[in-house]
Amino acid sequence: MKVEKTAVAGTLESSDAMVTVEPSKGGIEMELTSSVMNQYGRQIKAVVLETLEHLEVKDCKVTIVDKGALDCTLKARVECAVFRSCGKSDKNIPWGGAVR
Amino acid sequence: MIPRPRPRRFRLRRTMMFMNAQKPGLIKDAYIYGCDSIMLDLEDAVAENQKDAARFSLYHALKTIDYGNTEVIVRINGLDTPHWQEDIRVCVAGGADGIRIAKCESAQDVITVENAVLAAEKEFGVEEGRTLLMAALESPKGIINAYEICTASKRMFGVAISGGDFRRCMGTHFQRDGVDLLVARGQMLIAARAAGIQCFDTVFTDLDDDEGFEAELLQNKAMGFDGKSLINPKQIRPVHDLLAPTEKEVLWAKKVVEAYREQSAAGVGVFTVDGKMIDIAFIPGAERTLRLAKACGMYDGDLV
Repeated sequence: MKVEKTAVAGTLESSDAMVTVEPSKGGIEMELTSSVMNQYGRQIKAVVLETLEHLEVKDCKVTIVDKGALDCTLKARVECAVFRSCGKSDKNIPWGGAVR
Repeated sequence: MIPRPRPRRFRLRRTMMFMNAQKPGLIKDAYIYGCDSIMLDLEDAVAENQKDAARFSLYHALKTIDYGNTEVIVRINGLDTPHWQEDIRVCVAGGADGIRIAKCESAQDVITVENAVLAAEKEFGVEEGRTLLMAALESPKGIINAYEICTASKRMFGVAISGGDFRRCMGTHFQRDGVDLLVARGQMLIAARAAGIQCFDTVFTDLDDDEGFEAELLQNKAMGFDGKSLINPKQIRPVHDLLAPTEKEVLWAKKVVEAYREQSAAGVGVFTVDGKMIDIAFIPGAERTLRLAKACGMYDGDLV
């Protein structure tokens, strides 16, 4: 998928993460702030990259403000932000396909 | 991924707790509260502009979190919204045990949902017929059509009344003695029993009114409800305690079932236990008491 415009998903509540994706041309650029950076920073980055890979997003800037989200929540927020950026978040989601 | 066992149409459902599917903090540990079923909500709890986000969150929760023996039902958006079809796709793809149809008013509503569920089961390679259905009756029309709704599909395991919307339709308010919902509850119960499915009461919204909650539970029990919808974990324990049979009831049920098996083996149809007449009509009730007692850890025999 191609990130076409800036889109946000998630909140700043505990156990959640706010994910923003923006169009970019030079591959994946990630900015992460997390309340559990020392313990889980590397894991969070890996989950975000893997999720973007499943969605076949090659170029984008992704900003994550993490408040202790589980992996499943991070995935959900990244996916929602990407689908929103293409205006395709409302229907015919490939559940079990690119979204997994 | 956590594969869930095939949902059972008839199981113990004393407590069904609502949870906003959009709130990760809530749904990640929903199973620890010990309710029989959780109701992940895509409808009223989720703001209109977060319906899409709630589905992504729901999908991964269903696929990742081990809810154990807690049944997982999803409340989908009404058939008059643009959301319900995608709601059904995500429920089926994620492997939810069942779907609660909001604002159900006719057998046709159930059939419309069932057709979409079947299409989704085919699309996602889910066993056909796996996904169960229940209906929420929220309007006078829903109550009037309760029986046709209850019998509209083999997937239907129960009906629930939604008090807030129903009272609004009727131009009334919550009454402590339950007179506001008396006829609606009664009609829904009769329809559910005639159809052979379960019946659940509405939520009690005043979390500080313990006395009122208990009074409503006792009335629910007296009317024959199988369970209650809840909005807060603190409501679970009182329901399990109050809906549990008393020790006296368990002893009596045990005696009745044992005597019945003995007497019927000897060719006797009607007999007495402790001076009270017993015949076959008493047996389903006594067995139900024992099943409930078993679920509550009060009985471990092998009569049921």
